[in-house]
Amino acid sequence: MSAPAEVLAVRGLSKSFPGVRALDDVDLTLRPGEVHALIGENGAGKSTLIKLLTGVHRPDAGEITFQGRKVSFGTPLEAQKASISTIYQEVNLIPLLSVARNLFLGREPRNRLGLLDFARMHREAAETLRTYGVRVDVRQPLRTLGVGAQQMVALARAVATDARIVIMDEPTSSLEPREVETLFSVIRRLRDDGIAVVYVSHRLDELYAVCDTVTVLRDGRRVHHGPLAGLDRLALVSTMLGRELGEVRTEGVTKFAGDHRIADSQPVLDAEGLTVPHKLHGVSVRIRPGEVVGLGGLLGSGRTETAKAISGALPVRSGNVTVAGVPLRGGSTAAAIRAGISLLPEDRKSEGIVPGLSVRENIALAALPRLSRFGLVSEARLDRIVDTFVKRLRIKASSPHQKVGELSGGNQQKVLLARWLAMTPKVLLLDEPTRGIDVGAKAEVQKLVDELAADGLGVLLISSDLEELIEGSDRVVVLKDGAVVGELTGDDVTEDELMRTIAGDVPAPDVAKGVTTDG
Amino acid sequence: MTATGTDTPVTTASNEPTAASEPVGSARSERLSALGQQHGALAVLVIVVLAASFGLDSFATGDNIANMATSSAFLAIVALGMTFVIITGGIDLSVGSLFALGGVLAAWGARHGSLLALLLPLVVCGAVGLVNGLLVARSRLAPFIVTLAAMLGARGLLLALTDEGADTYLIGKGTFLAHLGQGTTLGLGNPVWITLALFVAGAVVLRRTRFGQHVYAVGGNEDAAALMGAPVARTKILVYTMSGVLAGLAGALNAAWLASGVTILGNGMELDAISAVVIGGTLLTGGLGYLSGSLVGVLLLKVIQNVINQIGSLDSSYQQVVSGAFLAVVVIAQTWLGRRRQLM
Amino acid sequence: MAEATLHTAPLDKARLLQWLQTYGVYAGVALLLVVNTVITPHFLSAENFRTQAVQVAPVIIVALGMALVIGTEGVDLSVGAVMALAASVTALYLGYGLLPALLVVALFAAGAGLANGALVALVGVQPIVATLALMVGGRGLALVLLPQLKDLHNPGLASLGSGDIAGIPYLILIAAALALLIAFVVRRTTFGRRLLAIGDSRPAAQLAGLPVRRVLIVVYVLSALLAAVAGVLATARLQASDPTSLGNLMELSAITAVVVGGTPLSGGRVNIGGTVAGAVLIQLLTATLIKHDLPPSWTQIAQAIVIVCAVYAARGRGKR
Repeated sequence: MSAPAEVLAVRGLSKSFPGVRALDDVDLTLRPGEVHALIGENGAGKSTLIKLLTGVHRPDAGEITFQGRKVSFGTPLEAQKASISTIYQEVNLIPLLSVARNLFLGREPRNRLGLLDFARMHREAAETLRTYGVRVDVRQPLRTLGVGAQQMVALARAVATDARIVIMDEPTSSLEPREVETLFSVIRRLRDDGIAVVYVSHRLDELYAVCDTVTVLRDGRRVHHGPLAGLDRLALVSTMLGRELGEVRTEGVTKFAGDHRIADSQPVLDAEGLTVPHKLHGVSVRIRPGEVVGLGGLLGSGRTETAKAISGALPVRSGNVTVAGVPLRGGSTAAAIRAGISLLPEDRKSEGIVPGLSVRENIALAALPRLSRFGLVSEARLDRIVDTFVKRLRIKASSPHQKVGELSGGNQQKVLLARWLAMTPKVLLLDEPTRGIDVGAKAEVQKLVDELAADGLGVLLISSDLEELIEGSDRVVVLKDGAVVGELTGDDVTEDELMRTIAGDVPAPDVAKGVTTDG
Repeated sequence: MTATGTDTPVTTASNEPTAASEPVGSARSERLSALGQQHGALAVLVIVVLAASFGLDSFATGDNIANMATSSAFLAIVALGMTFVIITGGIDLSVGSLFALGGVLAAWGARHGSLLALLLPLVVCGAVGLVNGLLVARSRLAPFIVTLAAMLGARGLLLALTDEGADTYLIGKGTFLAHLGQGTTLGLGNPVWITLALFVAGAVVLRRTRFGQHVYAVGGNEDAAALMGAPVARTKILVYTMSGVLAGLAGALNAAWLASGVTILGNGMELDAISAVVIGGTLLTGGLGYLSGSLVGVLLLKVIQNVINQIGSLDSSYQQVVSGAFLAVVVIAQTWLGRRRQLM
Repeated sequence: MAEATLHTAPLDKARLLQWLQTYGVYAGVALLLVVNTVITPHFLSAENFRTQAVQVAPVIIVALGMALVIGTEGVDLSVGAVMALAASVTALYLGYGLLPALLVVALFAAGAGLANGALVALVGVQPIVATLALMVGGRGLALVLLPQLKDLHNPGLASLGSGDIAGIPYLILIAAALALLIAFVVRRTTFGRRLLAIGDSRPAAQLAGLPVRRVLIVVYVLSALLAAVAGVLATARLQASDPTSLGNLMELSAITAVVVGGTPLSGGRVNIGGTVAGAVLIQLLTATLIKHDLPPSWTQIAQAIVIVCAVYAARGRGKR
């Protein structure tokens, strides 16, 4: 049995975006029938690598050899025609078209008159899908199918178009356990047919269940590659997060002062049993005044969703939020803000700043009713507030009238912080407050979080930066697949303990268990 | 290896919904709402026709029916092109002006023979449609503003051709063109037969060709369609060109029927066409639509107009109020149905 | 040296484009004024300016509302129909006196705006589609209420249409006052800030707790009210109510004025000064062509070209 030749060889691939080196000298090889796990935290370069492979972006340096020939794809369509198919997290088909038409779009069977042969199309579509475990009326619109079945249609379409490589970007994020099993059996069949699969997921159980090899990316570089079998889970997590186990470090890498004086009173925020279909399964978080609670977990574990559910931005199916003893009603962001909850969203550019408005207007946006009388904005009071926060947070802008879209990431983040501080909130939910901002601004933001906690605010801190999370938090609630799997308190708030909790004590690669945690 | 693959089918509605699963709409309710969307207008049409037949003596007469059929024909041809445009998620506001322009061009060209009289409107209106399509598909300008500008431009062109609307060209009796517009076959006007033929051809193109599949795909999800290999830009350019050609043809036939190129026609016709298409069950957001529905929509509008005209006390402007109300109801219903789908 | 120019050339071009988008409309107006001064006889007379201004006033008033709607990334196609509706209602209720008639007009307009706003903000219909229903039905309703042109004889209405203060017609004064008012609303009120934030980034506005639905509804109500004011003023000037043709293609003129004036269709910015200048530019262009005996057909074609060019130029702007 000779080793089959590589179907894909990537050498020295690099890609920069303004201000970021997204991918730095990355290699990747795929053999036919190989199921290759591609993992890494946010900003590690996974999506950039996929986009380079599928022709969305062009590499700055390096080469891609596909089936022995050097290739350079200009568009996703070219990559697809060359037999590299991608299954996206959100199904990229046409919901209003029938299942069969989606499956056959662009290669419909035709009769002698050149007209579409629906009888044949429906027959073949039903046959094809049956082998994927999907038994549906293929004449129905695609949208009547469950997400799992839709993903199977996308997969069937990809394979039917003679794919040699199938890239799956978090395919299981909205699947039921049964559907995950079906997906795995399909992946195994692809493997037997000699098709290479690149599998992107954050669910360790799944990786161990279905993948042969693994590439770990961190900060745009490949930090590990090799077979997955025999690789210790804890080692995998620590490689991904860039932390050696038991590594001795000096304190004070971040600007956090350490312990806060936590009031022993009733919690300022009490979120109980938050449940959002497919995303959160009964998450509870409690924060006391002056306390910084960290939310730990890998990407996709439900951290952002928890923050959004608390702030009313994500509708919950069940669960309640209480702020300083008063239950929150209405489930809208406006109600949450009135109650004293402020959310600094993860996606600063599209959900945080209003890029076309000035620094001044962005800071005053939420507090406008307080700064105006009879709907007329009091420019003097507004100026005072803006002046106070520009000075306090040291926001660097050419003038308060500069557009926020023109500022650096750090200053944009400070503007958002100022917007919320102007509301004198009781609880601050910080989702990745220092991502993508420079070191100086980062330290300032961290110091500010400390000060705010000292002033008696309750803070929920989400960060992929382990140092920040560990040093900044008094307590860390660890999430996995949308459920709380542990809580670190006191001396247990360490990176080692966090990674152990994330990796999970139970090493059984039982898929169904990993997807939902009941009750 | 594949043991579990076929044994554990993934079905639409899981028989055992877990706590975490969102209830997936059953295929039956989906079919019902599709039925309502596709045939709701037909049901209303049947009711209106029955009521009018019993209520008005002059309604169900051969003359009145033949008359309604012929006057529906021109709007129906315009609505045919509009249906294609709307299914791609666009809109064409220039058809009213192109209809008038087509009529004037046909009448003007009739002095040089029927062939030119037919070709000229098709070519000129098709060219305007092509420009619309290019601006929408290649320059990515908003369809409503592009076609609004084209509406103005085409009206200007028409005025320039007719000495600012002062000239009315006549179509001579006995020409082929006049026969096409005024003659009858088996008791129905020739324009009616032409319209029916066009709808049959249109239906075949829309349902049974790859181009038709692309029209639906582009309107359903443009990005996905591009990724799936559909020629998005070409499809859009084609539908706007088609819409222009059909509007010009409708105008030419109308001029042949009236025996002259009347310059003041076609005002607000784009709104009638859009109303008919939407009432017929085509989603204004694109991706779903029926030619048969558009035909029913046109008939419904014309029947209501006929009824209103026959009830002496009512003014014809009630027609517009009814269309507007229909439009609002249909659009609200579509949005609600659409939202329910998204939630599923 | 060569390298330096290569380096700065694209930047300068971008800056020039930016400048053109913001100030191009003023430059255009100035250019037309200069050209007309030279080539058009009797252009620089007070009488001519008064005529031009009176003609453009209704367009400006409608365009102000349109600018607000476009600022929220929407569009209002029903303004022409609302003008016609206002004309009909004025004629119907003028018998009870001018003031009661105006109140009823305001009521009708607010209802129309509310319908548009509710469809957009509450039901979630796209703005074009939502306002299309009223565009179709509104004029029909106007004609149902008043089937044909009707001469109006009301001294109050007559003086509204043709009266003046110190030689400046009321029409112009009202348009100017409304322009200042709307500019003030955009710049100085909570509502104005919220409107811009919603148009620029709806998700961010939502997460910042802004009352997005309420603001949208109020914007459409304002647009309808302003269209009604324009309808009443145009009726007053004609001394007749003409629901058949009043406000025809007004939506197009208003959108053109807004877009030519540098307000992007993608929302988040409202340029009131530019909108006024945009309306003036189109008016001057039309007047120039007419005064030089070019037929109306040419002015329509010219206007169509100006619209497409303005939209094309504004294409890359707005969202960064």
